[in-house]
Amino acid sequence: MATAAAQSTSRSPASGAQGTVDTAVYERTFDAAVAADERIEPRDWMPDAYRATLIRQIAQHAHSEIIGMQPEANWITRAPSLRRKAILMAKVQDEAGHGLYLYSAAETLGTSREELLDKLHSGRQKYSSIFNYPTLTWADVGAIGWLVDGAAITNQVPLCRCSYGPYARAMVRICKEESFHQRQGYELLHALSRGTPEQHAMAQDAVDRWWWPSLMMFGPPDDESQHSAQSMAWKIKRHSNDELRQRFVDICVPQAESLGLTLPDPDLRWNEEHGHHDFGTIDWSEFWEVLKGNGPCNEQRITQRRRAHDEGAWVREAAAAHAAKHTAGTRPGGTGGAQA
Amino acid sequence: MTPAPETPVTARSAALALGDDALVLSHRLGEWAGHAPALEEEVALANIALDLLGQARVLLSMVGDEDELAYLREERAFRNLQLVEQPNGDFAHTIVRQLYFSTYQHLLYAQLAAGDGPFAPLAAKAVKEVAYHRDHAEQWTLRLGDGTDVSHERMRRACDALWRFTGEMFQPVEGLDADWAGMEADWLKSVGAVLGRATLAVPEGPRTGAWSAGAGRQGLHTEPFGRMLAEMQHLHRSHPGASW
Repeated sequence: MATAAAQSTSRSPASGAQGTVDTAVYERTFDAAVAADERIEPRDWMPDAYRATLIRQIAQHAHSEIIGMQPEANWITRAPSLRRKAILMAKVQDEAGHGLYLYSAAETLGTSREELLDKLHSGRQKYSSIFNYPTLTWADVGAIGWLVDGAAITNQVPLCRCSYGPYARAMVRICKEESFHQRQGYELLHALSRGTPEQHAMAQDAVDRWWWPSLMMFGPPDDESQHSAQSMAWKIKRHSNDELRQRFVDICVPQAESLGLTLPDPDLRWNEEHGHHDFGTIDWSEFWEVLKGNGPCNEQRITQRRRAHDEGAWVREAAAAHAAKHTAGTRPGGTGGAQA
Repeated sequence: MTPAPETPVTARSAALALGDDALVLSHRLGEWAGHAPALEEEVALANIALDLLGQARVLLSMVGDEDELAYLREERAFRNLQLVEQPNGDFAHTIVRQLYFSTYQHLLYAQLAAGDGPFAPLAAKAVKEVAYHRDHAEQWTLRLGDGTDVSHERMRRACDALWRFTGEMFQPVEGLDADWAGMEADWLKSVGAVLGRATLAVPEGPRTGAWSAGAGRQGLHTEPFGRMLAEMQHLHRSHPGASW
């Protein structure tokens, strides 16, 4: 945006104003930019807490893409048709790509991918609790596409208007691909639901197991969400957890009907008065247990991630050593080395 | 199963051989998902696996129903090279398997693309994908061979271990009109040059033996292959007649 670019000099401590303008002026300029729905860019001044919150959120988002590869990759080698296998492989590949975009977005805030991965591996940063549930049948791949990606999209579409430019732009690209995955997941479940009785039962069982964890993806209720108020004031977040959760439930109910599947909630019903669906109480004790590391797959997920990283160390070291040798060789006056 | 009528009978066994190569190697690369040494390699290996799966689907469809062929044949009916069914091992093993196979596949598809046989249209598209696979394998061979002592040693072991499966690639395949001897010479020259630049020696062991020469193409496979198929086919076989 041209205006943002023009103003970025006045918001940037590197523009020469440093030392002559105090922080209060930067803060006022930042607040005004956020209020005017302008994008904050990497070289702009920003409050330390804004930077820290964004690093935490973008890193957690990136980690979720990377850990989220595992439950689905679990079925790549067993996919029941070549078409489904190709779709699943492409999806898992996209997730690695999304992780890469997001680590890049986080790096614009002054951290590094290595540092963030280290925090993931040591448990100092989290990933979405949904990926601590196991994929027990093929239908789980469809349930993840429909419900988990559906919840992610509901959460992420508003992030395309997030106040931090690099994050917002990453989300535009990611949301396009996620919507595609979500439709494929829905279509997978649709095929199962209209298939043999065994396939239908498989689909229903998967939806029964993934429904509540998907609702938990929107985070704790508004009155227990520690970062929400500040994130909304900074326009990182545009809607509250409970608002987005309600929107998701309202979207899913008719989709479940057209799939010919039921949602496992006896309290789920249309509320004429509010114009929304009422739904049952989420088991928040389960949510907090999973978040603390006591979900069904927490240990397995992080162990596999660490193992891939540790077992790949020699490969990354070799690439670095090779690059060091051959960068030296291509310098002017250097000997040999492949010239591109 | 119903053979696709437009494919000449002589081309069917060739389509099966090439299709099985692509299918089986794609499956092996799919096993890397979530285990690769760097995120960029998660993307690259999945990308190659997808290209190969795409090729396999076209080739198997020239013979019959792709899913019947992939999921309902037993080990003895598969016609892939023993090389592509070899377990992933460490990243060096995977890269050497890629180097050996993608060099072969690139030479073969370039020939088929230039001809006017039934494989020309597929080969014309696939040769571009395979050129990328070959480049990826060559670049990693250079990095790992000429990287650290550890990576060099791992590459040396992988080159040696897989060498004995390379002779099979140049056994003529029925229905494929190609210059097999010329291809083998080109392959030896190219792989030798890459290994040389990577400071690796060309292995000295035999490339053809009483068992390994042409065995996979005749449905004689190595032991890990049966387990690979068991995993790949289990779900499909558990629901006879279902569609997915």
